[in-house]
Amino acid sequence: MSAVEVAGVTKVFETRTDTVRALDEVSLTVADGEFVALIGPSGCGKSTLMRLIADLDEPSEGEVRVFGMPARTARLERAYGIAFQQAGLLPWRTVRANVELPLELHGASAAARRARADELVELVGLGDFADHHPDQLSGGMQQRVAIARSLAEHPRLLLMDEPFGALDEMTRERLQGELLRIRTETGAAVVFVTHSIPEAVFLADRVVVMSPRPGRITEIVDIDRPDATADAESMRESDAFFRSVTAVREALHGGGAAAESAATHGASTRGVETR
Amino acid sequence: MRLSSRQTRAIGFGALGVLSLAVVWEGYKLLGPPEGISIGETVLLPRTTELAMPHVWDSVARAFQPASSASGELVIVAVAKAAASTLGIAGLGMLLGAVVGVLLALLMQRFLLADRAMLPWLILSQTVPLIALAPLVVAWGGKLQLGPFEWERWMSVAVIASYLAFFPVAIGTLRGLRSPEQAHLDLFRAQGAGWWKTLRYLRLPAAVPHLLAALRLGTATAIIGTVVAEVSTGARGGIGRLIVEYAQSGSSDPAKAWAPIAGAVVLGLVAAGAVALAGLMLHNYRRAEAR
Repeated sequence: MSAVEVAGVTKVFETRTDTVRALDEVSLTVADGEFVALIGPSGCGKSTLMRLIADLDEPSEGEVRVFGMPARTARLERAYGIAFQQAGLLPWRTVRANVELPLELHGASAAARRARADELVELVGLGDFADHHPDQLSGGMQQRVAIARSLAEHPRLLLMDEPFGALDEMTRERLQGELLRIRTETGAAVVFVTHSIPEAVFLADRVVVMSPRPGRITEIVDIDRPDATADAESMRESDAFFRSVTAVREALHGGGAAAESAATHGASTRGVETR
Repeated sequence: MRLSSRQTRAIGFGALGVLSLAVVWEGYKLLGPPEGISIGETVLLPRTTELAMPHVWDSVARAFQPASSASGELVIVAVAKAAASTLGIAGLGMLLGAVVGVLLALLMQRFLLADRAMLPWLILSQTVPLIALAPLVVAWGGKLQLGPFEWERWMSVAVIASYLAFFPVAIGTLRGLRSPEQAHLDLFRAQGAGWWKTLRYLRLPAAVPHLLAALRLGTATAIIGTVVAEVSTGARGGIGRLIVEYAQSGSSDPAKAWAPIAGAVVLGLVAAGAVALAGLMLHNYRRAEAR
């Protein structure tokens, strides 16, 4: 069974003066255990698509199914874990209590919560900080807590909306490596929204390239992944990595080529980092 | 417990404030004209006679003498008793006002219609002058009788205090309940958390700093409300009554009148201190506040 099935989904936002077609007839399938990155310039609807999968918004047309269930049922069944660009930790709770939050909301016993939270805090390398409060942590550490929280209930699907977007490059690369490790350990499917090409290529099995106005999938690039034992450094410096980066970049730039001339490429891909 | 340098400085500044007030008082009394300063009929600065402005030390000394020749009770003891009584009534009014205020805020947060429908009435309710309200509440209370229960005047005072206190609490709490960011609300929605769980784990904790600020305002208005209501309903035993009583003996005993006024000030400080203490206990919920 596939983790996510998006079939002919359109999302229209109506404001007082305007209607915006954020997504136009988008279809996408994410297999169980697959890591899919959504990439595209600002306004291409990648975050909207993720929010529809999470049932934080409802599609105007079309259907979203998560593990065969309607998105709403999947949300209420807690079929996925979620992390956003802002860590979104509750400032009055310690690191451990933040990780425990989903379990607490769903009535897990105190002992079970504690055990799971300790396990997860270790997993993201914050064992020494379990009793700290979020304001005592760096941005990168906060984001690790958010990831630990998203894993609290052993989700088979992780939804991540630019979780490393607000971090500096070095922290970001380290967390990317950790995310891959965690994902290998849990075997969960991941839908990962990003606007960084190297990030998408480094993490994903498939990179879904989107274009704006209206939001559409222009191309899906299969990434040639080395085996899981390869370390992050050599992966980032491999020829296969650069080939994939180039392929995604061309897909991004090509998406607007039919409509726009080469001279305006910069404008059509605004918001995409090519570093 | 050892005090940090910041705490020592705060206490020092507090004492300095009280001292400089006394210095200003005595300084003006020394230098100002006995008839005060006025332009036309309007008095700009008060008279400096013993009657209008007794010496600070006279007022302090008077506080430690018997209130009247009939009773041996010291002024300060009478003031303390009255202040305790007022504090109790104001506390009850505050509690009642806080409960009503928080309930109203919950209602307005939950139902947009309630917000739209009630907010104008709430604002209107605060524009009714206290003096007009007090006799009404007493009159209504007087008609209440449930078996052996009998409505007493101090209860009217507590109701009036709560009537003033609920407003800042309602507005502040509503702001607090609405303070969580969209990301937090999304997170709770993603967890399938309903209204109650979102309230319990997100909105209420997030509302704590706003609630504390509202309580600070609310206690101040509850105290003032109690004192004024005591005066305008003629309730006995409180500091409001004492202020009136001692002021009436002002012509013969001017130093005595200042004791209950000082008592009322101390009362306000005690109430503010209680809220500050609650704030300390809830410090984990105030981490987002600028420090």
